[in-house]
Amino acid sequence: MIDYLLNDQQIMIRDLCRQITDEKIRPAAAEYDKNEKFPWDIVKVIAQADLFGVYIEEKYGGMGGGVFELCLATEEFSKGCAGIALCYSATALGAYPLILYGSDEQKQKYLPAIARGERLAAFGLTEPAAGSDASALQTTAEKQGDHYILNGVKHFITNGGDAEIYTIIAMTDKEKGARGASLFLVEKGTPGFSFGKKEEKMGIRASSTRELIFNDCKIPKENLLGREGMGFIAAMKTFDKSRPGIGAQALGIAQGALDEALKYAKQRKQFEKSITSFQGIQWMLADMATEVEAARALVYASAREVDAGKKDIGSHSAMAKMYASDVAMKVAVDAVQIFGGYGYMREYPAEKYMRDAKITQIYEGTNQIQRNIIAAGLIRDSVR
Amino acid sequence: MNIIVCIKQVPDTADIKIDPVAKRLLREGIKSMINPFDMYAIEEGLRLKEKLGGKVTALTMGPPQAESALREAVSLGCDEAILISDGAFTGSDTLATSYALSCAIKKIKDYDMIFCGKQSLDGDTAHVGPGIAGHLNIPQIVNVRKIQDIKEGRVTAHRMTEYGYDVLEAELPCLLTVVKDINVPRLPSLKGKMKAKSTAITVWKAADIQAEENRIGAKGSATEVWKVTTSPARPQGKIFEGEGAVDQLVLTLKGLMK
Repeated sequence: MIDYLLNDQQIMIRDLCRQITDEKIRPAAAEYDKNEKFPWDIVKVIAQADLFGVYIEEKYGGMGGGVFELCLATEEFSKGCAGIALCYSATALGAYPLILYGSDEQKQKYLPAIARGERLAAFGLTEPAAGSDASALQTTAEKQGDHYILNGVKHFITNGGDAEIYTIIAMTDKEKGARGASLFLVEKGTPGFSFGKKEEKMGIRASSTRELIFNDCKIPKENLLGREGMGFIAAMKTFDKSRPGIGAQALGIAQGALDEALKYAKQRKQFEKSITSFQGIQWMLADMATEVEAARALVYASAREVDAGKKDIGSHSAMAKMYASDVAMKVAVDAVQIFGGYGYMREYPAEKYMRDAKITQIYEGTNQIQRNIIAAGLIRDSVR
Repeated sequence: MNIIVCIKQVPDTADIKIDPVAKRLLREGIKSMINPFDMYAIEEGLRLKEKLGGKVTALTMGPPQAESALREAVSLGCDEAILISDGAFTGSDTLATSYALSCAIKKIKDYDMIFCGKQSLDGDTAHVGPGIAGHLNIPQIVNVRKIQDIKEGRVTAHRMTEYGYDVLEAELPCLLTVVKDINVPRLPSLKGKMKAKSTAITVWKAADIQAEENRIGAKGSATEVWKVTTSPARPQGKIFEGEGAVDQLVLTLKGLMK
């Protein structure tokens, strides 16, 4: 692996996450995957290790790092189980709008519990009719005196039902289209806020995915994040900064699949030889390793650019998310191929990486949407 | 409740080599770790501190590099760390080692309980814990699988035996050695790791703990290692399957008895 010259704290984060992955996540991954059980006991371990706060400012109880630190942790956890890693990284996605647009008061109120891992967070944008077209939102927030009344349904919400703090996008002015959307904080347990069915998924099965149902859900006006009307742009800006995190999850899946494939290939004998002695296998492994390393370079560079506070980073973080997730899918498929028939069996780890990898090409903006963002950035820059 | 946990740095189990001349474990260039049984001792000390207040001091005797084991103990939550290290300790057997540790503990002075792992992974003697209690002339309970109660200056603990367990009560201060059934050791925290990096490790030499010269090192040792060997790997067993397996097994056993 290329040396990315991590500082002492980053090395500590990586090593600690690696230890948690090896000792706690990897041995439990198959069980959580099989039963679609939310991994509360591992959430507790991650919380006790202070890792939920790596990207949160110290004055709100965090460790003062940024997206890069979040990526290091997510990558390590995802090597062992991308579903378990997602409970962690989806909390960061839920917390990010608060970090970017919250007032000091809002941050004081919510961030310390998130940093301690006591309360998980979730981000609620997607609706049945608003997927890639995120501006087609139907959920409304109507202002009534000191309150907003929320009505509508969000679906496919990661950590839905298990998280306690939700950042929700709803229309405050339908006439204005995308400019009429606003961001709100909604706490689990608020009257009128309930959960629909839990989805059964192909992969990332340790992570929970549910519907959020708002039925005359009354929240205080202090729960508005930023200003009315900036919800859509805030969501897009949040994604610009959170996308390296999905890249890191994909990167962890890819590295994990490669590690397993290499380990298996070394001990598998056919024609009285280790299969690593065959050039066909060697070249597959070489390509996989190179692509994983390239994905890492892009994810790390993009995360560091976000943390440096650079502007116009959207297309770079889109590249990181898109490339790393395409690599994860390809490497995971190749890992199954190297495992041969064993790769197709649930008893072996290869097929889970393949099932887990697929979602990284789809969520937080499909890779087709990422290409739109990249192309739009290219064309915009060329006319400047 | 002031607690002392005695730990030992041992070579990683996956990577053991023996010096054929000195008949001791080779330590150079080999990854090391805290003796696994001592991890349970640390955890039990930390849990008691969290319940009753006070502090946990990690103590070890070893070469300067044993400092890394103490830093790991701090990263888990130990408040202080003391290394006793001196060329004069070289060649100490379990008698001399437990004497030296007891001298350090006398210097620490203010303690209610001492925890040790039941034995070390490399030496495997299970002498040092009881030895310390002997030198300090305090009660000891070995192979503890559960602390039932601590009150009015007394501890009640379950001592694991081959057939079950005994319930014993002892006056504080006392020394407990623990087995792996007692708890599940925690992992370090990020804040703990950062603290461990900057914590000053106290280093005491033989003179600092007023250890008598002829009771430490090879001179103070009652035993000497004559020979260390690796036991030969067990040959693979034979499995009898299918019909007639029992008859075949009996036949084979009879053949072996001849």
